[in-house]
Amino acid sequence: MMFISPKKLRERGIMGMNRRNVNYVAAHNPRHLYPLVDNKLKTKLLAEQAGIAVPRLLGTLQYQHDVRNLHSQLLPHEKFVLKPSKGSGGKGILVIAEREHEIYFKPSEEAISHDALERHVTNILSGLYSLSGTPDIVMIEAMVQAHPIFNSYSHEGVPDIRVIVFRGYPVMAMLRLATKASDGKANLHQGAVGVGLDLGTGHGLHAVQHDRPVYQHPDTKRDFKALQIPDWDKLLPLAAACYEVTGLGYLGVDIVIDKDRGPLILELNARPGLAIQMANGVGIRPRLTQVEKITTPHRTPEERARWSQEQFAIR
Amino acid sequence: MHSRAKFMLVVLLLLTAGFGLTLYKHLALGFPLWPGERTQVWTIEAKIEFQARGGSAVASFALPDAPPGMVILDEDFASPNYGFTELRQNEPDSPRRALWSTREADGAQTLYYRLDVYEKTNENTDIVSKPPKLAESVEFEEPFLTAANTLIEEVEKNSGSKQTFTLELLKALNAPSPSQNVQLLLGNRPSDSYKAQLAVDLLTLAQIPARKASGLFLESGRRRQDLINFIEVHDGEKWLLFDQSTGKQGIPEHFILWQRGGQSLLDVEGGYSSRVNFSIIENTYATRNLAVQYGKEADAALVDFSIYSLPIEEQNAFKAILLVPIGAIIVVILRILVGIRTSGTFMPILIALAFIKTSLIPGLMIFLFVVSAGLLIRSYLSRLNLLLVARISAVIIVVIGLMAALSIVSQKLGFSQALTVTFFPMIILAWTIERMSILWEEEGPREVLVQGGGSLFVAVLAYLFMTNSVVEYLTFNYPELLLVNLACILLLGQYTGYRLTELRRFQPISDITVTAADKPEKSDNDVHKP
Repeated sequence: MMFISPKKLRERGIMGMNRRNVNYVAAHNPRHLYPLVDNKLKTKLLAEQAGIAVPRLLGTLQYQHDVRNLHSQLLPHEKFVLKPSKGSGGKGILVIAEREHEIYFKPSEEAISHDALERHVTNILSGLYSLSGTPDIVMIEAMVQAHPIFNSYSHEGVPDIRVIVFRGYPVMAMLRLATKASDGKANLHQGAVGVGLDLGTGHGLHAVQHDRPVYQHPDTKRDFKALQIPDWDKLLPLAAACYEVTGLGYLGVDIVIDKDRGPLILELNARPGLAIQMANGVGIRPRLTQVEKITTPHRTPEERARWSQEQFAIR
Repeated sequence: MHSRAKFMLVVLLLLTAGFGLTLYKHLALGFPLWPGERTQVWTIEAKIEFQARGGSAVASFALPDAPPGMVILDEDFASPNYGFTELRQNEPDSPRRALWSTREADGAQTLYYRLDVYEKTNENTDIVSKPPKLAESVEFEEPFLTAANTLIEEVEKNSGSKQTFTLELLKALNAPSPSQNVQLLLGNRPSDSYKAQLAVDLLTLAQIPARKASGLFLESGRRRQDLINFIEVHDGEKWLLFDQSTGKQGIPEHFILWQRGGQSLLDVEGGYSSRVNFSIIENTYATRNLAVQYGKEADAALVDFSIYSLPIEEQNAFKAILLVPIGAIIVVILRILVGIRTSGTFMPILIALAFIKTSLIPGLMIFLFVVSAGLLIRSYLSRLNLLLVARISAVIIVVIGLMAALSIVSQKLGFSQALTVTFFPMIILAWTIERMSILWEEEGPREVLVQGGGSLFVAVLAYLFMTNSVVEYLTFNYPELLLVNLACILLLGQYTGYRLTELRRFQPISDITVTAADKPEKSDNDVHKP
């Protein structure tokens, strides 16, 4: 069968792009709040103010002439990440895991010269990776040390956890794992694996790659059902708290788990994708409806996270 | 819910306005719904001949006055050496007359009156008027009076209304073997004109307002025609027309009522042996042109304040502009209902507009050539490490260079088709190349093929719709259909159902069953421990 009937999809509660756009993104995310999430620098500063854990900001570059200072700015850091502030879909992110003087190494051990690094910075500044092609800011961030539990699950790269937060309630979660096919990037479009997570416990449920079900990691052959996200009880309130920070009703929160610091907010997304449903093997609509029925919302992120854990746990 | 009701109201208003205006234009102003519809236009020429006596001469000729079911397109009174005036008395039911006059006329004189008319279908052809004063009773002499009265009595027995009375009377007069009374009244071999006059006289005697009328049957190629006699009877509200020789009621098809009421068809002063005959030629005109002209003459605001009032050049510009919304709705449908990914939302429309100028196959080839050559050069530019604006500007110049090279080479080789490359919007081409190139670097060539192919597919589909002659015709002649288009787009904008591509994308979900993780000690209590 090539196609599934719309009736079956509806029965499974799958939400389509049109419904997401009209009933959730347009209805719950006021446009003027978008810059808060589309600009990662703003998001980071806002989150830090609210006391939410984020990867440390080492520095920023805003103008082309700042590129001359790149070397001195990077001097004290062995490991760092260069990021366009307004990038999307992980574009333009360069991770440096190691350096020897003027030579930098990606996690894949590919060497990058200082010139190439400067060129990358110039590209970011000119807006190559920014959503609207407007000039951008380069963020230099501390590199996240992936939690060892993921070592057997991820091909390079740091896995991140996408949580959909609706009106402050986490409704669905997915772990994104880099593969060889995705070139070490945790981007589903490029072939990363999405693993649906039991919202109650943080256990792996199902996984998809390129929107097709997979049962083991294609590179490490580990079964996803045995996966358990550490610090799950800390992670969900963190995601829920992003609602207060941004005011966005329908939010995708991307979280990484640092070996030392625990869950950190990596970035936020006002138009989170639909693949999370495939990874979970269930549609998101019944959960969204359940949240919509709440008449008196819980006050704190912790209460909301606990409510979601109880409601949406797979039994 | 409230705002939803308001939204539906707006959509409904747009739909009613759009379809309503369209129907009005179609039904009331006669705009055809399909292109290429043609209407018969009849050119009737009345030739008036008389012998002048050598002094001043005046000819007065009855003209058709708003003939029911007909629209007068044009009139011509060309007659050399004669001055011409059109007379129109201000009394109701007084016919129009043409008046030719000259000071000196001798010998055979010929005057022409030419008239172009077309039939207007769906028009109410009733001739409503106040009941006229009954004409003075006609003096019938004995034994004719007795015969007439007996005939009237006989006819009245079989009839209830003025209408049926007339029908019965005409039947009696035209009977193959007429009664004695009728024979007496008709006399020996009566002329049509005499019969008509007799019928009118008998009707008047029976206290029914009646008068003679005459008209022409329109048949192409007819020459030397005479007017056919008809009888009009007033039933208290309107005039009813009867063909006096067949007794049929109503205005026949292909018939123009030329003259109504008593006056003579032609009066000549200063001349003798005058006569009139008619010849008829049929032409066909594009119905739309007639409708536009009719609308302008009838001061229909919809035509007067429309694109038709613009100069031809601007009208042609609008012809192209009005096609853009068709492209827009195609893009909306393909993106919202089907879910095709394109590079740049409305880029396909601009490409489709360029295809219209270049025609499809050459357009596609030119587009593919410019974009792929542009991508090659762009891949070199990306190594130069340029700032974005400078890079896109460089791509624009590259595109212009490619366009010039393509034109020159094709000219030398003799393919004039490739010269149309200039119709492609170069800024759009440059942006397409830039986007595709970034897409290639970031997502790989597969995504470039998907999005580029999607864009071209949408562009070709939009092109096919925009060049469809029916679509072209409707958008230009019924611009109010834009409102319908707008309503459809608004409705589609609220569509929250699945896209066709999502039915494919989410198909594997039917293989997935959801179970809990294989953890034996899982219990609800330790799930949300702080």
